[in-house]
This record gives sequence, structure tokens and C-alpha cells, in this order.
Amino acid sequence: MEQQRESTTLGMWIFLVTEIMFFGGLFTAYLIYRTAHPDVWEMGSQHMEFKWGTINTVILLTSSFTVALSVHFAQLGKTKLTALLLLLTVIMGCGFLGIKAIEYHNHYVEGTVPGHWWHYYEVENPDGTKSQAPQQLQLFFFIYFVMTGLHALHVTIGIVLLAIIALWAWQGKYTAEYHNPVHISGLYWHFVDLVWIFLYPLLYLIANKHS
Amino acid sequence: MSEHVLPIRIYTIVFVVLMALMILTAFLSTVPMGRELNTIVALFIAAIKATLVLMFFMHLKYESYQLSAVVFAAGLFWLLIFFGMTLVDYLTRVRMGVPGH
Repeated sequence: MEQQRESTTLGMWIFLVTEIMFFGGLFTAYLIYRTAHPDVWEMGSQHMEFKWGTINTVILLTSSFTVALSVHFAQLGKTKLTALLLLLTVIMGCGFLGIKAIEYHNHYVEGTVPGHWWHYYEVENPDGTKSQAPQQLQLFFFIYFVMTGLHALHVTIGIVLLAIIALWAWQGKYTAEYHNPVHISGLYWHFVDLVWIFLYPLLYLIANKHS
Repeated sequence: MSEHVLPIRIYTIVFVVLMALMILTAFLSTVPMGRELNTIVALFIAAIKATLVLMFFMHLKYESYQLSAVVFAAGLFWLLIFFGMTLVDYLTRVRMGVPGH
């Protein structure tokens, strides 16, 4: 049993490292274009709603906490508590996706979805005059949508995963001796949280428009 | 079982610290320090938050089987090479003139 636990944990960590490489490529794309167009990035960040980004950060950090507690109770064999905490996590995950959907909708209305739906060509200056929006702004939004979209996909997978684990925990499939699936799925959810910890300052906190 | 069971108190403390750091980073983003410094401070706080999640929520510090930590360290090292080498290229590019013009 001990060896099983160690090997599944190790396997999960190897998978998570491939995920780090996966997201690492996107963060590098962000890095390259931000160093090339720092002003455009600041302009793009002003289209992010500080309020929603912060609420989503609170939601994800709290959900990570509930997952950590659910693993804790699984270790003690209190699987009903595990199931309830995972259910709470699933609800918070859905809330996160709901807020993300509101944000995407706002970008759609504003016309800042790159490609076919892009109709954001004029920027209003602080003195009321208008000037042309820089073309690279589409690049910022392209990177924004790919990064947050891929992250949202991971959240969706995590929700499905944790919902199944919650059901099985409720049915009593796990004990203090055997609860590898709870532990492993928990690691996945924490990883999703880790990615958001970096996305939040890099996308929402560049410009100080909320000051 | 050599699995380490952490007391709930530790998880709660980590959670409270994470929340405090989040409020701090949101607040500091409104303090004008210059674009570069603001980003560096925000990323520094993000790194602290990530370390807390990794060490305590993900049990990296308490895993009896240390190979997980080695695997993660390898991934992190790869990421640093990726970012570092990319920046070495992009930050040192100069537009060169054409000789004779």
C-alpha cells in the first residue's frame, strides 16, 4: 500500500511537470510580447476588470483550502466530510467559471475578442480626443484568451474529476489506508490554483486604473 | 503508514496568510512604483503564494517520498532555462544598420 501511494504520487508529479511545461510555453509567449510592447500590455490590462479578477482569486484560493482539508479528512478516514468539502470545491469551481463567462461576455460586447468579432479600433484619450487603437492590442487579447481559456478548461476538468471523487468518497470507497485518488485529484486542483496565482498579477494588476 | 497527517491548524494558517498576501498584492498594484517595479513586486508575492501552496497544500515539504520534490525541482529548473534563454535572446536584440548606407 505504501509503495502504491508513493508511485501514484510520483506519477502525478511527473504529469504536473508536463503541465508546467505546457503552461510555460504560454507564459514565455506572454513574456516575449510584453517585453516587445510594454505600453500595449498596460493598455490591454486596463480592459481587465479588477473586481472579477480579485473575486476569482479569492474563490480559487478558498477552494484550494477546502481541497487540502478534504485530503486531510480522507487521511483520517472521515470520507463523508471529504465528500462534502469536495462538493463545496466543485461549487466554487463553477462560480469561477461563471465569473469567467461574464468577463468573456463583456469582452465580446466591448469588441475585444481577437479575429472575426474584433471591432475595437478607437481608443479614447484622457482629454476626450480619440486615437487609433494599436494593432498589437489584438495580440494581447489573443494571449489573454488562450491562457485563461486553457486555464478554464483545466478548471472544468478539475470540477468533473472532483465531482466523481466526491461521489465515490460519499459511497465509502476510500479509507484511511487507501485514498490515493483523493490525494492525486487534490494535487491537480492545487496546480490549477498555482497557474491562476501567476495569471492574476500578470493580467489584472499591470495597470493601476483601480487606484 | 508513514503518510504525514498535518494538523488543521497549519492549513488554516496557510490559508489566512494566502488571503493576506492576496490583499497585499491587490493593494500594492495601486501604489505607483513604476511599471517594472510593480510587476517585480507582484511576481515576488505570487512566488511566495505558490511556494506556500506547494509546500503545505500539496505536501511537498512533508512527502515521505522525496522523489516528488526532485521531479518538481527539475520542472522548475527547466522553466527557468526556458525563460532565461528566451530573455537572453529577446532583450539583447539590436536593430543593426546596413553597412554602406
